[in-house]
Amino acid sequence: MKLSLTLAFLAVLHALVVLAAWVAPYHYAEQHRDYPFAPPARVHFTDAAHRFLLRPFVYGLTQDSPGGDYREDRSRLYPIDFFVRGRLFGVGAPGVLFLWGSDGYGRDVFSRVLYGGQVSLLTGLVAAFLSLSLGLLCGTLAGFHGGWVDGLLMRGGELFLALPWLYLLLGVRAFLPLHISPAQAFFLLVAIIGTVGWVRPARMVRGVVLSARERGFVLAARGFGASPGYLMRRHILPLTWSVLLTQATVLIPRYILAEVTLSFLGLGVGEPVPSWGNMLAEARQYHTLMAHAWMLAPGLATIPLLLGYLTLADILLERPSSADPAPPIERPSGALPLGSREG
Amino acid sequence: MLAVVWTLHAVVDDRLLVPGPPGRPGGRLVSAQRTEPKTLNWAVAADSGSREVLERLMADLIHINRQSLSTEPALAKSWKVSPNGLHWELELRQGIRFSDGRPFDADDVVFTFQAILDEQVHSPQRALLMLEGKPIGVRKLDTYRVAFDLPQPYSVPDRLFDGIFILPRHKLEAAWTQGKLAGAWPVSTPPPEIAGLGPFRLKEYVAGQRITLERNPYYWKVDRAGTQLPYLAELVFVFAGSEDNQVLRFQAGESDIVSRVGARNFAALEKDRERRGYELFSAGGSLEYSFLFFNLGDLPAGIVPQIAAHQAFLRRKSFRQAVSAAIDRDAIVRLIYLGRAVPLGGPVPPGNRAWINATLSAPTRSVERARQLLAADGFKWNRQGSLADPDGRPVAFSILTSNNNPERSQMATLIQDDLKQIGMRVDVVQLEFRSLLERVQRSREYEACLLSLASPDADPNPDMAVWLSSGGNHLWNPEQKTPATPWEAEIDRLMRSQMVSRSYAERKRLFDRVQAIVVEYQPLVPLVSPNLLAGAKKTLANFHPALIEPYTLWNVDQLYWRGGAPGARP
Repeated sequence: MKLSLTLAFLAVLHALVVLAAWVAPYHYAEQHRDYPFAPPARVHFTDAAHRFLLRPFVYGLTQDSPGGDYREDRSRLYPIDFFVRGRLFGVGAPGVLFLWGSDGYGRDVFSRVLYGGQVSLLTGLVAAFLSLSLGLLCGTLAGFHGGWVDGLLMRGGELFLALPWLYLLLGVRAFLPLHISPAQAFFLLVAIIGTVGWVRPARMVRGVVLSARERGFVLAARGFGASPGYLMRRHILPLTWSVLLTQATVLIPRYILAEVTLSFLGLGVGEPVPSWGNMLAEARQYHTLMAHAWMLAPGLATIPLLLGYLTLADILLERPSSADPAPPIERPSGALPLGSREG
Repeated sequence: MLAVVWTLHAVVDDRLLVPGPPGRPGGRLVSAQRTEPKTLNWAVAADSGSREVLERLMADLIHINRQSLSTEPALAKSWKVSPNGLHWELELRQGIRFSDGRPFDADDVVFTFQAILDEQVHSPQRALLMLEGKPIGVRKLDTYRVAFDLPQPYSVPDRLFDGIFILPRHKLEAAWTQGKLAGAWPVSTPPPEIAGLGPFRLKEYVAGQRITLERNPYYWKVDRAGTQLPYLAELVFVFAGSEDNQVLRFQAGESDIVSRVGARNFAALEKDRERRGYELFSAGGSLEYSFLFFNLGDLPAGIVPQIAAHQAFLRRKSFRQAVSAAIDRDAIVRLIYLGRAVPLGGPVPPGNRAWINATLSAPTRSVERARQLLAADGFKWNRQGSLADPDGRPVAFSILTSNNNPERSQMATLIQDDLKQIGMRVDVVQLEFRSLLERVQRSREYEACLLSLASPDADPNPDMAVWLSSGGNHLWNPEQKTPATPWEAEIDRLMRSQMVSRSYAERKRLFDRVQAIVVEYQPLVPLVSPNLLAGAKKTLANFHPALIEPYTLWNVDQLYWRGGAPGARP
């Protein structure tokens, strides 16, 4: 029950992000230069005459002076339209609807958070997949062959863990070619985050493989002349799935945060493509924190997402694992435990 | 007889009388600065953190008044010029002492100039005393007179002396003769070792936290009431690390003055003004100007071929003019500087009233005109609206900005959006400042860059390195052996002529022509000139922010605390 709730919650969040082009009222690069740092919109249902209107609306915005506060202009009323202009909702020009305010160029923060989620989320997912694949490969090789292969891979992994990656990456930008398109920057970021983090999954997989290697059914299969490839494919790898799955639910939020951090430091996708990290970098200045608190929205957006993944991880970790190397015990019902058919 | 001589000598008062209403002595001024000094030796100081502190400890011979922008006697009380303008005789004030009590005379002046000009010292200030690669000559005439020989005619030689601070011979000559001047006076030097002629002397230096200066009891300026300056008893520089930190400290009342505040931080400070008791100043017309420039020079071997290919359109005048026409400078002023800046049509900011070419029109944005310029030169747009040059190459390039300046990065984003409207694809690349300078000045591996310069003086001469094709600051194509284009050759000729002419009208005419050429060929696309934004506690008197450095401390010897407790802090 808890599992399905968590999965449903995550599915909704992912759907919002994936469908950003439809859900968001504005394109991420659309600037409204008359409304920089506009505060979050106040959506009204009752107008000045205190009549309740079925369609929510917003008033026009006016700014007293550049950098001054915004006021609602009650003479201009813009109802919110749904399912028009190819988007879920929005207001017609010259009205503006900034649900979570606007940034320094008048770009809608809510839209940018959704589009930015695409970059951050996709980076997390793809980088996690990369890490797990590399980890699976290296862990299986190390665990199965043992000996010098194991030594080489594990010592190499320790070296990887010891390197100060953040400082190295900060220097990397100066050596990169100037013409990195946002797509190329994205792939580079994914590659960096993914390859840096292969070691921990590799160690866990290695542990599973080491114990599985000595299990009765594997020895038996080997005795029957099974090739290493067959053993790995048929018997050992299936035991690693649960480890990989729980690792995935732990790594994905960690990598989302890694992307946010690297983009915050300037290593991610470039303007005007948003990612939660580079949006937070805009919020780094003193005046933004004091006067425009809505610029921190991307940070808040990470909370439900990470909460979802970490809850999922907890749930999966609590379940009994089929890779549990407990010795077979006679159960009162007489049934034998999974995966230990002798003979 | 001796008594008569002694009395006469005691009566000779060569101290400088400072005009203006007198103030009250006492109190402490705290200023938060961004970076720590790297050295206490002015001869080798190049960074702003060092210079901001050191220049309070020292004095020069002839000084440019930061408010009137004209020269005034300082340590030199008068001077004579030969008819051809090549020989200057300066008469020094008598009876002046260094901050350690030792007397000042012509030997210190000669020593200072010789040490700065000495190639072994590698002083960054050496270039200031060179005219077309030839050094100024210095000769001692007698105890209080020094002669200077210029290697060639120069328009404003008196301005050359501003900022050349006199070092104490009795403290540093030994180090110089041993070849160790460059390493003298590091930050760990005990305060009694440092001596200068400025209003303050070093009291205490706590690394990483603050540097405290105390009043120089031998300072040579007095006010009209006969009170010896400076009024302040102590001047403390605390190290804040960043502009945001400086603003925070000022707002909390921990520091008494702040300068070069960013526009949005200024707006945040304005909200609190009454409650916290400080005044804010927005001095229009600073000499800082920001601009976008392109890599126009020949590229060294080994550069990425893409940059060489893009130079084909970067070098077209129509491309640069179109970029300039398409940029929305009003949006930059409004969104980034909140109205506290001036859009620029040419490289000289309107704040420089004496030198701006008034016939050049103000910039107007016209996407139409940009398109016309491009179309007339053979550029074409494809069906999706992307621009291609006459050779069919898509017009896409990158703009470098430094990541330590949020305003310039924001300008780059606005420009990116503006240029999208004429079909150009721009990538904004942020680099650390030193990496950026390395790319622009040495490896030349860039396409376009956004930078700003602040002229040290209203006079065009200090900016020669920007305009001369052989100059190191001729950013779009530095250090050329011969001018690469006819218009750069013309600028060279005009700048050299104005440098030696002694008539302001003639110099203005020549410099106007330089500005017109720059506006036509747009090697740099001028953007905006921000106002100088500064603030000080309300009770600080005589605070008048200036438009050239040092913006707020240029008259630190005349700052004083009005009424009540003089700014002292527990």
